[in-house]
Amino acid sequence: MEFLVIHGLNALLYSSVLFLIAGGLSLIYGVMRIINLAHGNLYAIGAFVTAWTIGAAANAGAPNAVLLLLLPAGAFAAAAVGAILEPTLLRPFYKRPEEYQLLVTFGLLMILEDLIDRVWGPDPLSAGRVYENFGSITISGARYPAYNLAVIAVGIIAALFLWAFIYRTRFGVVLRATSQNMRMASALGVNVNRIYIQAFTIGCFMAGLGGAIVVPGQSAVLGMGVDALILAFVVVVIGGLGSLEGAFAGALIVGFVREAGVALFPEIELAVLYLIAAIVLFVRPAGLFGRA
Amino acid sequence: MSADLTMQKHRSLLLTLVWAAPVAVALLAAPHVVGPFHTLTLMYGLVFGIAVLGFNLLLGYTGLLSFGHSAYFGAGAYTVAFMVKYFKVASMELFLAGSVLISVIISLLFGVVCVRYTKIFFGILTLALSQVLWSLAFKFFWVTGGTDGLRVPTPSLLGTAPLADKMEFLAFQYYYYVLAVFTVCVIVMWVIVHSPFGKALQAIRDNETRAEFIGIRIRRYRLIAFVVSGAFAGVAGALWAPLNGLATPDVLVWTFSGEIVFMAVLGGFNSFIGPIVGAMAFTYLKTYAVGFTVYWQLLLGTVLVVLVLALPKGIMGMVELLVAKVRRPR
Repeated sequence: MEFLVIHGLNALLYSSVLFLIAGGLSLIYGVMRIINLAHGNLYAIGAFVTAWTIGAAANAGAPNAVLLLLLPAGAFAAAAVGAILEPTLLRPFYKRPEEYQLLVTFGLLMILEDLIDRVWGPDPLSAGRVYENFGSITISGARYPAYNLAVIAVGIIAALFLWAFIYRTRFGVVLRATSQNMRMASALGVNVNRIYIQAFTIGCFMAGLGGAIVVPGQSAVLGMGVDALILAFVVVVIGGLGSLEGAFAGALIVGFVREAGVALFPEIELAVLYLIAAIVLFVRPAGLFGRA
Repeated sequence: MSADLTMQKHRSLLLTLVWAAPVAVALLAAPHVVGPFHTLTLMYGLVFGIAVLGFNLLLGYTGLLSFGHSAYFGAGAYTVAFMVKYFKVASMELFLAGSVLISVIISLLFGVVCVRYTKIFFGILTLALSQVLWSLAFKFFWVTGGTDGLRVPTPSLLGTAPLADKMEFLAFQYYYYVLAVFTVCVIVMWVIVHSPFGKALQAIRDNETRAEFIGIRIRRYRLIAFVVSGAFAGVAGALWAPLNGLATPDVLVWTFSGEIVFMAVLGGFNSFIGPIVGAMAFTYLKTYAVGFTVYWQLLLGTVLVVLVLALPKGIMGMVELLVAKVRRPR
C-alpha cells in the first residue's frame, strides 16, 4: 500500500511538471502552428533563474517566506525571454515553410544551451532550502515530502487556471478564434501579432514555471532542457498536438508509465513510452485529443 | 526536339565534368599534399557527406524533414562496434553490409510509423523515435558501453590487413577506401534522383494530391525513400566508426540529427551537391569553432539562425545566384 501511494504521488508530481512543459508547447503550436525546439531551454532557464535567485537570497539571509515568494522568478524570466524572442526571431518565419521554423528554433536551442552554460556555469544549482522547509507528512503510513504535494497542487491549479482562461474569458475566445482561422480573426479586427506574442509568452511562462517548481526538489543541470523537450514531445504526440486536454491526459499517461518504468523496467522505460505513443498513433493518428 | 535535348544533356555533362574533374583530382591528391589533420577532417566531411546525401533524398526530393537521422547513422556505427565485439569480425566489407542491413531494418520499422505523417509531425516523430535508440544505447551499458562507447579497431580492407601505423592507415589506405565508397554513393544517389522513382518523389513533394491522382502510391514511395535514406546514413555510420575509433551515444542523440539538417541547409538542400558541400563546410566550421571557443554551440547556432534568415538556399544557392549574375551582366 505504501509502495503504491508513494509511486502514485511521484507519478502525479512528474505529470504536473510535464503538463506545464508540454502544455506550453501545445498551446504555442495550437495558436501559431510552430514547434519551438528551444522550448526545453525555457524550462531550463526557469530552473536556473529560480535556483540562482533563491540561492542568492538565502545567502543574504532572507527569511523562508521570502524564498518561497521568489520561487516564480524563473517563470517570469522565461516569459520575458519568450516575449523578446517571438517578435524578433520567430515572426519573420510564419510565412516561410515549416522546415525553416524548426531550423531557426534549433539554432536558438544551440544558442540558449551555451548561454545558460556561460551565465550559470557547468555546476548544478539547487534551491534545496525551500524543499527542506516544507518538511514531510505521513500519508497512510508512508512519509512523503510535503513540497512534492505542493508541486502537484501547482500543476492542477495551472491546468484549471489555463482551462478557465481559454474557455471562460474574452481573451480565450480571441485566442481560439485566431487558432482556428488567423486570417478571419485578423479581418474581424483581432490584433494577431499581439495574440501571438501573448500566447508565446504564456507558453514560455508555463515552461519556466515547470522549471521553477522542480528546482527545489532536484538541481538545475546543463542539458535538462533537451531531455525535457523529448518527453514533452511524447506527451503531445500521445495527447494530440495543439490540444490542452491532450497535454493533460498525455502528461498523466507519461507520468505514470515513467514512474512504473523507473520501478519495474528501468532500461526500456523510454522505449515503452514510445511504444505507447506508436500504438496511440496507429489507432488515432492525430493523438487522443487532436484534430486531424 | 530530341536532338536539342541530347545537346543539352551533353552540355550539362560537359559542364559537370569541368568542375567535377578538378575536385576529383584534388580529392585524390589530398593525402599527399595536405597533412594528416586535413586529410582526416576531409574524411569526416566525406563520411557526413554520404549521410547528408541520404538525408536530402527525404528533405530536398521528397519534402520530408527528418530530425532523426542520427538513429540510422548511429545504427551503422554501433553495428560495426557490435560485430567487432561479439562476432570478432574485422572486414570492412562485412561491416558495410551489416550496417546497411541493420539501418534498413530500423528505418523500415520507424518509417512505417513516420511516413503516415508529413511536415512538423513527421519531424518530431522521427526525432522522438531516434531517441529510443539513444536511450537503449545509454541504458544497456553492459552491452553498449554506455557513455564510454565501444572501441572500434582498424578494419581490414578488401581482405588485406591494415597498416600497422594507425595514422598512416587512416590517412592513406582508409582515405581512399572512404573516397571510393563516397563516389559509389554519389553515383547511386544521382541515378536514384534521376530515375522515374526519383521523379515520382519530386512530384509527391510538389503536389501530393496530383501525384496521387496520376497513380503514385504516396506512402509506399515515401517509405522506400525513407529506407534508402536510412541506408545511406547507415553506410556513413559504418565508415565513421573506424575513423573515430569509438562508437559513442553522441552520434545517436538527436542534436546530431540537428547537425545533419544543419549541413543540408548550409550547403543548400535544393541542389544535388548542396548536401556534400554543406557537410564539408560544416565539418571544417565545427572543427575550427570547437578549437576556437568552448562556446562553439553558441557560434554555430548563430550561424544557423543567420543562415535561415538571410541565405535560406545555402552555399549552393549563393553560388547559383553568382553564376546567374556573371552570365547576365547588367
